[in-house]
Amino acid sequence: MRIAFFLGCVMPHRYPGIEAAIRRVLPELDVEILDIEGATCCPAPGVFGSFHKPTWSAIAARNLVLIEEMGVDVFTACNGCFGTLYDVNHELRHDHILRQEVNQILREEIGREYHGGVEVKNFISLLKDDIGLDKISTIVERKLTGIRAAVHLGCHWLRPLQIKQQGNPEAYKIIDDVIEVTGAQVIHYKDELKCCGAGGGVRAADKTLSLNFTLEKLRNISQTSANCITQFCPFCHLQFDLGQREIKEAFGETYNYPVLHVGQLLGLAMGMTLDEVGATRHFTHIDPDDLGL
Amino acid sequence: MAESESESPSDTNPEVLNLNEVDQAFIKEIVKAGGENVFACYQCGTCTAGCPAGWKTAFKIRTILRKSILGLKKEVISDRAIWNCTTCYTCYDRCPRDVRPTEVIKTIRNLAVKGGYMLDSHKAVSHFALKMGHAVPINEQFAEQREALGLARLPPNASSDKKAIKEFQKIAKRTGFKGLVDFEEEETPE
Repeated sequence: MRIAFFLGCVMPHRYPGIEAAIRRVLPELDVEILDIEGATCCPAPGVFGSFHKPTWSAIAARNLVLIEEMGVDVFTACNGCFGTLYDVNHELRHDHILRQEVNQILREEIGREYHGGVEVKNFISLLKDDIGLDKISTIVERKLTGIRAAVHLGCHWLRPLQIKQQGNPEAYKIIDDVIEVTGAQVIHYKDELKCCGAGGGVRAADKTLSLNFTLEKLRNISQTSANCITQFCPFCHLQFDLGQREIKEAFGETYNYPVLHVGQLLGLAMGMTLDEVGATRHFTHIDPDDLGL
Repeated sequence: MAESESESPSDTNPEVLNLNEVDQAFIKEIVKAGGENVFACYQCGTCTAGCPAGWKTAFKIRTILRKSILGLKKEVISDRAIWNCTTCYTCYDRCPRDVRPTEVIKTIRNLAVKGGYMLDSHKAVSHFALKMGHAVPINEQFAEQREALGLARLPPNASSDKKAIKEFQKIAKRTGFKGLVDFEEEETPE
């Protein structure tokens, strides 16, 4: 299949290793990745949606139009980008007044028009529904049996359920099968569905509060046998990775969990090294021996 | 007699609502965000109970919803606590009355921004997006990291496309966003 890859901001600009891993993994699964020339910030749902909804919708619509002009669907490996592109796509398809307003802006300002021809997919749904776990198991060259992963789901993949319809947001085992196909073990922990604290502009507005969310999660994870944190959103990734360093400074509590995006986990299972998936450049130190790599 | 006519109970008792402070247009905006169901809110507190920010701060969605339905615009939009919501949508999914609390909060925030209560840190994020096309822009350190990983030094997004940034700005000017966040033209890179 051919599909456009919406990069967003945090992945290509702060954690390029995630992008590198995904660009290696997907072609092995017969997925041809197409770049979206001129794509901008999605823009972040809880941030720009909170500031000025008309701008949020119009900028997101422009991104959707760029993909529409390529004649393909799109996936993103970021819950924030997914939240924006999916929700705006949904609103423009169902709210005809909004669609007229947005299209008037697009036509008059940049000579483009939204028609609603794009399906927006999340990386996890792409893996599970479009590629299939059986196929993914065929590219696993080494089982990551040393990894005991505490999974963080993030918010905007499944919520709000009424709009997303991707699965039950309270079903905490929902991606266990994707993790387990790599050979890694999933470790469940208290309140694991809770938000990492980065979204909604909170990280920018009040970093201490934002880190408080993360700290609570880290404390709960530390009560388990997990030796790694995994998620599929670069902003959650940043909040856990850089966040552990910031938490040490702000609260004096030390945690040192390697943080791996599902794309990196798949890359490692495919035989890529920690270097190649960019994990050695994370803020949190990774010892390959600890993870059995 | 004359004294009791000039003095409203709300002047002396903060628990008494002054109807002059009720903003009907604000209530309409809240209904637009939450749907007619906002009036069906029976204050059960499911939203507040599941709210991760509510566990840690004085942010109480239930209270904000009640004040909003009563039309207390200024009190609601000037409350710093509205910025504690991470938009995790837990309240939205769990609300038994389908009030869509997260959308109500986002609408309140839109009105707060319009009313001059935008935080400086949020203006800064907006300026990044307007200037670079991305709220978290590329920098030298990560451009080098990309290269080391075998990726294009600048990703194939607005970071390598000035025209995309121009289009972003054109749209933001048209919607009034540039003015809203005090973005000046000269901030645009060559």
